[in-house]
Amino acid sequence: MSAPAPPRSESLRDAYGQTLVELGASDPEMVVFDADLSGSTRTVLFGKKYPERFFNVGVMEPTMMTMAAGLALSGRTVFASTFAVFAAGQAYNQVRQSICYNRANVKIVATHGGLTVGGDGGTHQMVEDIGLMRGLPRMTVVVPADAPTTRTATRVLHDTRGPAYLRLPRENLPVVTDGEFRLGRAPELAAGSDLTIAAVGVMVARALEVARRLGEGGISVRVLDLASVKPFDEPAILRAARETGAILVLEEHSVLTGVGALVASVTAEQYPVPVRRVGVADLFGESGEPWALLDRYGLSVERIGDEAWELLKLRGKVQ
Amino acid sequence: MDAAASPTELRTLERAAREVRRAILEMLTISGSGHSGGSLSVTDLVTALLFRDLRYDPHNPAWADRDRLVLSKGHAAPAFYAALAVRGWIPREELATLRRLGSRLQGHVDREKLPFVEASTGCLGQGIGMAVGMALDGRLRGANHQVYAILGDGECQAGPTWEALMAGGHFKLDRLTVIIDRNGLETDGATEAILGIEPLAEKLAAFRYQVLEIDGHNLGEILDAYARARATRDRPTAIVARTVKGKGVSFMEHQHAWHGKAPSREEAQRALAELPPLPGEEGRA
Repeated sequence: MSAPAPPRSESLRDAYGQTLVELGASDPEMVVFDADLSGSTRTVLFGKKYPERFFNVGVMEPTMMTMAAGLALSGRTVFASTFAVFAAGQAYNQVRQSICYNRANVKIVATHGGLTVGGDGGTHQMVEDIGLMRGLPRMTVVVPADAPTTRTATRVLHDTRGPAYLRLPRENLPVVTDGEFRLGRAPELAAGSDLTIAAVGVMVARALEVARRLGEGGISVRVLDLASVKPFDEPAILRAARETGAILVLEEHSVLTGVGALVASVTAEQYPVPVRRVGVADLFGESGEPWALLDRYGLSVERIGDEAWELLKLRGKVQ
Repeated sequence: MDAAASPTELRTLERAAREVRRAILEMLTISGSGHSGGSLSVTDLVTALLFRDLRYDPHNPAWADRDRLVLSKGHAAPAFYAALAVRGWIPREELATLRRLGSRLQGHVDREKLPFVEASTGCLGQGIGMAVGMALDGRLRGANHQVYAILGDGECQAGPTWEALMAGGHFKLDRLTVIIDRNGLETDGATEAILGIEPLAEKLAAFRYQVLEIDGHNLGEILDAYARARATRDRPTAIVARTVKGKGVSFMEHQHAWHGKAPSREEAQRALAELPPLPGEEGRA
């Protein structure tokens, strides 16, 4: 019942780590922090190249954030990486006060977001981070769908002053974009007029798969990549509402506070159309194989297809 | 700045500290809310920095080589504001705006509102981490400025405080001076009754700090400790300053109830009567 394994997959974490090394050459003041997960987050690549500007502070996520803020307040661009559950969860109040309240130029790059962490289980499967981070004033939030977007987004965040949160998955993902990324822009990955499927992160590939299947039946589906969660491309969502009449949102995140909730509030206030959210219900995850977990928690291609069908029925596009 | 203070200098600082205490009481009375006890306990430590030890150009707060002062116990903001006013860096009248809508003088210090604030603080256990980051930045630049972090003793119950202290010791940040306002009381009572932090000096030593225990109201001892911290290499310094919560006002001293409370007008009159300006104060402030 899982989607077939996609052909060309790349590691978003490697893309991040390699980009850090490139940025380190052009920005000699840049500093990188990690909290004992540098092999997993791939900051180890920067650490090997620039050991004097790399600080592994051990299992100390809250104070990694405050120290990063201290260096940022001294004029530097600082990257700080760990798993999403620690970056957004363990260190939430440090991110809030020391980074956002202080407007510190810290880029939090959190890996292992969402259910696809897999075997580590529910303790480590962070499905609340997008909501926590997008609720913070002054915070930028980005959830790329593939390695090329990760490379561009890492550079864009480096070049944009202020706090930022970049959420990456553990798993390799198929390349689905041309790597174009601009803050506040939701690229249209497929054109369509019967329905819009908007997605973030690992779900973008599934959105494209469902659009392809529906397309075979003559249904025209627009696919939007909502990588720039904040700032959010409200005009693209409102255009989708006007031109396609219904929006299905996919995310590997709690539906309570994620991008589905965001799309629903934007459309409800400005151009009400039917919106459905496919994401994690009000639940913690559990151990399992990454892609099987997505299916188990209601994020399967089949379930997305069913939800899309319901919306198409509401629109009178199918019987 | 490292030379020992002359008796005249000490008298000047004592007069300034007295005036800072008076300003704290006045501003808190007008505000009607704020932290009296911990502002009065930290007054001498802050005054010694702003009037003597802190290398700082008020006309150029962005000077790269300035010393940094991070008020990790951000609720002692009134002491900082009062010292700035008595020092002449902000207008004395501005103290009346404490905690008012639109004021630069937020309930807890805010770097976006007021120059001279290096880091916005308030949630405890975070300012010390930012100070450690600033000291690490100075190390990377080969800079020689001092980074001061002022902590409360209740703040020493917070896990992140010890994370940051551990990092300061690990990285041998010898330009970092941690000042702990050891007044013994927190909001609900005595630290040792609520969650004991002793033996504090031994803990700090175990975290690889040079530890100096001083009377936090004796300006001579304070200046001596600051000088020793500045002269020390290869490890950071922690100054455990024994202080009295509500220092200088008889009915506030040693009373945890005055942690987060401002005096009424009548109470302020009694308090100010106990703290008359010291002679030689004319023309100052």
